[in-house]
Amino acid sequence: MKNILLSAAALALLAGAASADTIRLGTEGAYPPYNYIDDNGEVAGFERVLGDELCARAELECEWVTNDWDSIIPNLLSGNYDAIIAGMSITDARKEKIDFSQNYTPPSYSSYAAMSDGVDLEGGVIAAQASTIQSQHVVDTGATLLEFPSFEDSLAAMLAGEADAVFADKDTLVPVVEEGTAMWVGEDVALSIGIGMGFRKSDPELRAKFDTAIASMKEDGTLNEMILEYLGEDSPVFE
Amino acid sequence: MSFYASFGTVLLLLAVTAPLALGFGFGAAAGSRSHLVPVKWLSNLYMAIVRGVPDIAFFLFFVIALDQGLEWMRHQVLCSDWDQPIRQGNDFVVCAAAKLPQNSAPEVYHQIYGFALAVLTFAIVFGAFAGNVIAGAFKAVPHGQIETAEAYGMTKRQTFWRIMVPQMWTYALPGLSNLWMVLIKATPLLFLLGVEDVVYWAKELGGTKTARFTDYPHGDWRMYYFFGLLVFYLLFTKVSEVVLSRITRKLSHGQATAAGEAMRKAGAGA
Repeated sequence: MKNILLSAAALALLAGAASADTIRLGTEGAYPPYNYIDDNGEVAGFERVLGDELCARAELECEWVTNDWDSIIPNLLSGNYDAIIAGMSITDARKEKIDFSQNYTPPSYSSYAAMSDGVDLEGGVIAAQASTIQSQHVVDTGATLLEFPSFEDSLAAMLAGEADAVFADKDTLVPVVEEGTAMWVGEDVALSIGIGMGFRKSDPELRAKFDTAIASMKEDGTLNEMILEYLGEDSPVFE
Repeated sequence: MSFYASFGTVLLLLAVTAPLALGFGFGAAAGSRSHLVPVKWLSNLYMAIVRGVPDIAFFLFFVIALDQGLEWMRHQVLCSDWDQPIRQGNDFVVCAAAKLPQNSAPEVYHQIYGFALAVLTFAIVFGAFAGNVIAGAFKAVPHGQIETAEAYGMTKRQTFWRIMVPQMWTYALPGLSNLWMVLIKATPLLFLLGVEDVVYWAKELGGTKTARFTDYPHGDWRMYYFFGLLVFYLLFTKVSEVVLSRITRKLSHGQATAAGEAMRKAGAGA
């Protein structure tokens, strides 16, 4: 009996020792138009199309994984997936933990949306997604920050009147404002210096592969076309 | 659809976890009565530590530790020629063959693996509580029963299995039924472990859908979805209550307790 158990354990340990070429891409799946879950329950959006194209160019086999925004960096570090592609802006604070590829969107704007005009953006209550450049900015402006685990929750807080305005990437708020559920308030803020893919610091080879693929997409103009198609006509493109 | 399948996930989790937790609990309770001092200490330590640590902390810490522990062991076995350190800064790096499950494995294996980790964690947490309940139940078995067993010449082992265990259940059941209810309601913690359960899908499907991204645009419907979940959990706990009260009745039959005595009298009167 003991032997059976032992050999079963050994088998479990040895099973599937084949080579692993598949790259797992981690995303949030809750940040349209960058990434969201479509009607079939699949990851879709700008980053889905971009990621698939990058993998094709780098000749990698890729698989999509969704993960909560809050724990998206820790799960990369512990190896649950190999890269983050989740609308994550490149910041110095994040660079301390992970390495970024070159940016695949140019510096872009963040905007405020609210139910009515005349919201006090510096003294009021502003909703934003936690651990984002936007939530950091709200703190810096001196407004009261209401943090939520997802963009959807922060939007709902504004619609329910809990917060005076919601602050997020402009591209994310565009569909909401176009539908008429909210309106722009205040000025756009040039906050993001660009969005990049995140990699483990110990994984420079994979980062180099994606870097090359992103560069080639910038060069032949396909990246700009993709940005215009998926992020909106007004979204900034590369020169 | 994934939403409906996730109800199955929750039910499956309960179906697997409950017996496993009961097993852990029984083991711990029996261990705490053991005459071997290390076994006794280990059982008591297990119950004390796990009951004392907040569920969420345990879920976040233990699952990551277990996952990394398994991968570390596989790494030692499979990749003896690996010359890089496993901990590089804040990265946890093992060789590709040691990954659990393999990177190339289809997504479904990753989900099964996550689910298995969840089951084990739930079982360990609830096993500790069940262990305490069962240990208390052992103590509640009337001493006269044990003395009688000894008078009949039963060994310690026979006394335990033939006298203590059958009578213990009737004392343990109220506590265990409480735990079962708590377990049902604790299943949304699955989401913390990355398993896509009913709460995840209610959030995802109920969230605002703008026409650009879906064929079925709607506003924020999460309230309705969560109301549906409320009904589901309420019905489920109600059904559990009915079943548990039947089991209680069955177990009380012929026992030297007030309930057993009442049943005996009612039976005699009829």
